[in-house]
Amino acid sequence: MAERTMTRADLSEAVYQEVGLSRNESADLVESVLGEISGALVRGEMVKVSSFGSFCVRKKGRRIGRNPKTGEEVPILPRRVLVFRASHVLKNRIDKSLTRSRG
Amino acid sequence: MTKSELIQRIAELNPHLYHRDVERIVTTVFEEISGALSRGDRVELRGFGAFSVKRRDARVGRNPRTGDAVHVSEKHIPFFKTGKLLRERLND
Repeated sequence: MAERTMTRADLSEAVYQEVGLSRNESADLVESVLGEISGALVRGEMVKVSSFGSFCVRKKGRRIGRNPKTGEEVPILPRRVLVFRASHVLKNRIDKSLTRSRG
Repeated sequence: MTKSELIQRIAELNPHLYHRDVERIVTTVFEEISGALSRGDRVELRGFGAFSVKRRDARVGRNPRTGDAVHVSEKHIPFFKTGKLLRERLND
C-alpha cells in the first residue's frame, strides 16, 4: 500500500469542499486552527480534542547527555516538550483499519 | 483548551462566519487527520508537527501479576513528532 503524505494544502482543500468559503480563506482558517492550538501550548495549556486526542506540555529536568559519536558528556538543559496522546477512539479506528491479523 | 473552546476562539476571530460553519471547519481538520492516519498515511504540518502510524509486531507478553505468557497481536499505533518551530517556541 502506497503511503501518502497529507499536508496543509489537503486540509485546506477539505475545508474548502466542506464549507462554502474561498480557497484562500479556507487556508487561513486551517492556519488559524493550528495557530490557536500552538498558542495555547506555548502558554502551557493542555489542548484536548474529544475523539481525537490531547496535547500536553511536559517539563523535563536537567540531565547529563552524551554525544554518541565522541562519548563526550554534554549537559541537557531543562526544557519543555510536547506530548500527544491519541484518544481511544482514534487508536481503535487506526488499528481496526490497518491491522488485519485479528483472531 | 478543549475543542469547544478552540471553536469559540476561532469564531471570535471570524465574526463574519456562522458558528456552525466554524464547528464544521474545526471538525473537518481533525477528521481529515484521523482519516489519513486510518489509511496509513502520514500528516505533515510544517512548524507544528507530523502525525504518523507505527506498526508493532506481534509478541509474547507477560501478565505482570501471574507471569503467564500471553500472545499480543500485531497492532498499529498513532505517533506524533513535534515540529521544529513549535519545539523552539515552547523553549523561548
